[in-house]
Amino acid sequence: MIHPIPPGTRDVLPDEMRELRRLHLALIEVFEGRGYGEVATPAIEYDEVLGRGDGRTAGSAYRFFDESGDLLALRSDMTVPIARLAASRYANSEPPLRFCYLANAFRAVRPQRGQMREFAQAGVELIGAPAPQGTAEVVEVLEAALDAVGLDRAVIGLGDADLYRQLLAELGVEGEARDSILERLAMHDLVGLEAELSAQDGISDEQCATCVALSQLRGGREVLDEARTWGGTAVERATARIGETYEALEARGAAERVQIDLGLLRDLGYYSGAILEVYDPALGHVLGGGGRYDGLLKRFGLDLPAAGFALYLERVHIAQMEEESRRGAS
Amino acid sequence: MSVEVAGTVRAKADGPLKLAVPRGALLEGTLDVLDAIGVDTAGLRGGSRALIFPGEEITLVTMRPSDVPTYVEAGAADVGITGKDVLLEQSDRMVYELLDLGYGRCRMVLAGRVGDERLGEAERRLGMMRIATKYPRVAQRHFESTGRQAEVIEVKGSVELAPLSGLADGIVDLVATGRTLEENDLEVREEIVECTARFVANRVAHKLRGGEVDELTAKFREAIER
Repeated sequence: MIHPIPPGTRDVLPDEMRELRRLHLALIEVFEGRGYGEVATPAIEYDEVLGRGDGRTAGSAYRFFDESGDLLALRSDMTVPIARLAASRYANSEPPLRFCYLANAFRAVRPQRGQMREFAQAGVELIGAPAPQGTAEVVEVLEAALDAVGLDRAVIGLGDADLYRQLLAELGVEGEARDSILERLAMHDLVGLEAELSAQDGISDEQCATCVALSQLRGGREVLDEARTWGGTAVERATARIGETYEALEARGAAERVQIDLGLLRDLGYYSGAILEVYDPALGHVLGGGGRYDGLLKRFGLDLPAAGFALYLERVHIAQMEEESRRGAS
Repeated sequence: MSVEVAGTVRAKADGPLKLAVPRGALLEGTLDVLDAIGVDTAGLRGGSRALIFPGEEITLVTMRPSDVPTYVEAGAADVGITGKDVLLEQSDRMVYELLDLGYGRCRMVLAGRVGDERLGEAERRLGMMRIATKYPRVAQRHFESTGRQAEVIEVKGSVELAPLSGLADGIVDLVATGRTLEENDLEVREEIVECTARFVANRVAHKLRGGEVDELTAKFREAIER
């Protein structure tokens, strides 16, 4: 008899589990080897506590009442629970704090799209180490993790979460129009972006073209110089921040796999400053991401800068398999 | 093979870039614009029933326009061409829309039977219109954004049949010349949006094969501005 499980969830059988276990061990070994202690937190937390970390997206897709009427929620990532943990348990510890995790998180899915409702993430959080060195350390750990699981072709995109928010403020775009433009930027809907920008009062054709072209700048250090020629305080600040991080990476010999990307925009509300995305040529989907969230810990009463990343384990596993068969073929 | 992105080896590309080509109404315009940028389309024009046409720099993969976002989102095609109507209907597909190619221009409209007041009657007396369409999400969004209620009925074949046979009070459909509407005694009541062919890219290809994608975008832009 077949008994169904909800769409977007799945069972793992021994053959896959064996491979996943190897993947887990390889990642945790890298993290622990660099001083990131593994932690676990409950899958269910108080909705009010999780929501404090991420007000904009209002936290979890799954909420329910417990026996005493309190509203609980399933976590949608590990960054917010670890921020909560650090603030509650390590408030008097000498920073920086280094944590790693391997845990399942839960998000809403759209039907018929093969999206996972429950998925595994592996990642690190570095709390109390400011930019640019803190960011560079996190990228270095990420590169070591990718190497350890055989994804030596993977590329890390490095962008800035504040660039467009500040650029639009500079251009005097606010409210709904700003949100709508940011959404088009995140989606890289360049046709819609151009239409919306040119519909704004006080934005010249040239400024509009600059904004569109800016979102397509990606490559090595030279893209920063190119962006700078277009001027403006927002661009100046963002390129300076990215430049500092890139220099710190170069000093560590870790810049080679990093692609500067001025079009990067992550959808989680708590990012500020550097943002990261991970790609592998064997897979059409993003493998993971991260960045800085210097304001997040403060919402839990511990005012420390922080950065981290998370890899989607199922996707890493698929990419690993593709890379293996490619290596086998060549 | 390796691709140079701005002086540094970023990633090794896996063969030529794969471009999803829409069969059907957009095919002719797509082949013309591909010819204009120097892509060999002889195989495709020859009426071959093959689905994949390998080339030096670009491999053409042919499919239904509505499948283009699916293949491009998954990375099974790196880039593709499809209609804005398809992108609007599948707006949750995470593909980058890089360029308006300008051809294949048509309108998404609400249409009803000529001289027939059923649309208005249904709205006034029943509080709701029955609308048949191949674009249920575009239709639903249009009525929601104009503050009206509609029962949207998805059909796969000739939409024009629905109001003629009494399945629906009106239709939401794509109109190029308006001939099909005319022949079926239907007329445009409202214009919803104008649609053209769009150049789209997979997220990861846009990052890892940025040089090739940007070059192709620039060539397309130059070709359509000529």
